[in-house]
Amino acid sequence: MTTRQPGEHKQEIADHLASRADWRPFEIAFWLAVLATIFLLPDRHLLLSQVAILGLFALSLDLILGFAGIISLGHAAFFGFGAYLAGLMAKHGIVTEPVLALLLAGVASALLGWATSFLVLRGSDLTRIMVTLGFALVLRELANRMVWLTGGADGMQGIDVGPVLGWFEFDIAGHVAYVYSLAVTLVLFLIARRLIYSPFGLSLRSLKDNPRRASAIGIPTRRRLVAIYALAAGYAGVAGALLTQTTQFASLAGLDFERSADVLLALIIGGTGYLYGGLIGAVIFKVMQDWLADLTPQYWGFWIGLVLVLIVLVGRDRMADTASHVGASVVELARRAVDSAVGRDRPAEGG
Amino acid sequence: MPYALETIGLERHFEGIVAANNVSLAVKRGSRRALIGPNGAGKTTIINLISGMLRPSAGTVVLDGRDITKEPPDERVRLGLVRTFQINQLFAGLTPLETIGLAVSERLGAGADWWRLVGRKPRVVDEIVDVLERFGLTDVMYERTSDLAYGKQRLLEIALAIACRPRVLLLDEPAAGVPETERRELLDMIANLPEDVTVLLIEHDMDLVFSFADSITVLVNGTVFVEGSPDEVARDPRVKAVYLGEALDA
Repeated sequence: MTTRQPGEHKQEIADHLASRADWRPFEIAFWLAVLATIFLLPDRHLLLSQVAILGLFALSLDLILGFAGIISLGHAAFFGFGAYLAGLMAKHGIVTEPVLALLLAGVASALLGWATSFLVLRGSDLTRIMVTLGFALVLRELANRMVWLTGGADGMQGIDVGPVLGWFEFDIAGHVAYVYSLAVTLVLFLIARRLIYSPFGLSLRSLKDNPRRASAIGIPTRRRLVAIYALAAGYAGVAGALLTQTTQFASLAGLDFERSADVLLALIIGGTGYLYGGLIGAVIFKVMQDWLADLTPQYWGFWIGLVLVLIVLVGRDRMADTASHVGASVVELARRAVDSAVGRDRPAEGG
Repeated sequence: MPYALETIGLERHFEGIVAANNVSLAVKRGSRRALIGPNGAGKTTIINLISGMLRPSAGTVVLDGRDITKEPPDERVRLGLVRTFQINQLFAGLTPLETIGLAVSERLGAGADWWRLVGRKPRVVDEIVDVLERFGLTDVMYERTSDLAYGKQRLLEIALAIACRPRVLLLDEPAAGVPETERRELLDMIANLPEDVTVLLIEHDMDLVFSFADSITVLVNGTVFVEGSPDEVARDPRVKAVYLGEALDA
């Protein structure tokens, strides 16, 4: 090691820390592609709203699973709670403007998450799976019994959602629904992205890695877990409320075990801990579901199961490596094609 | 209040086994105390009790005159009591830069800040740079901690504790398992710890113990056996007996 002046690395470190949150080309490409779907796939907007909502829901799960290491098999509890709240607000004309109703549903779900966070603070992954699963089942049964409030097994009828911001009426083709769902997802994504590069986000990663050491350097681990659990619950509630508003319907399906399982599947397909996994997983999950359901309606479950087994056995990293090699080759081929099309006067690069 | 750290009648029982029995230590501010003893004497148990990782069955822990027996570990850190671990307890997925940045942000009260980037406060960057440079970690600061050489991880283990600005530092076998080639750097670092920091050191390496400590406590079977200056302890025939495994005459 060479001897260096004290403080020599200061600027370098400051720059490095500042650049941690820079947008990567992959991210810009991702969001450009997403925005392009608004114009390029207008007849798929109904399906795409579902994708955006599942993506937001999976992002919410990623916040606790991917960044704080809390596994949940009952995340639908907050989704369904938000869905019913949005339904009630619209049905009884309490809040008819969707954005405000969404905000309220999100805050209420976050409070529910906060109030029940003690359930996930203790114990192993297994206890957390059981406790979250149990909580969602209890909530579903309550909704099932409180027919006067929720409509029970028939679902909540007569939900009439006003125009977004008082201007954009929901249409039958789902254009407004898609742009609205996408905008909400994007805004919440941006907040989450901001959060993971903050000291708070870093402390979450540290306590996922090694909770013992995290508390040994002064991090109040319980408070951090409660905070992120409440935030994730709020996100899930917003996703549920979005579903109610865009479909004008709320039902027990919002609280189903299957919904908790689906969102976990989507997140695992897309990968945890880098924020895009939920969104990408939601695209793959919904598109596969749509495509396979056309092809073999009865065996849809079989195929998604097969994909999941392959992902776990082969490992996503290896698949991603292969994909990026293929991607790099394609880019290289394209570059050569462009070069030769543009003309031969460019000097050839060595290597 | 001359004592930075005191334990009074500290006890811990594990299902009938007494791991710590009526341990009373008083460590003066700024002093370097070594805690030695044969394997299984209860040294790490004492560190766990002082740092709050274990609850004592009886007794009190006092930091700068304040009873902290009931405080959780993270609160003790905020009060200035920080420890390292015998077996590295690091954040495998974080880089050394992130690791130190985390501890510094936390100490400067930015830990719950969820909106600003890490290192937005100039003071945070200053302290990160200071710690990384002092421990010679700048050349590996962007690497994943799990990819670092063992000696570097060991340095990071101590650097992380120092980043918390301890007033009392508990070092649990800092040199354990470090290969000879990387050992010098580590020992220099320990010798150059800030003078105002009170240190309680557990160590098996007697060269390190006798060059570093200004007082030594010998622990045997969970009990304080001998306490004194390095010279006194080195001359004490009972200590020799314990370490050589000889039978003791009562």
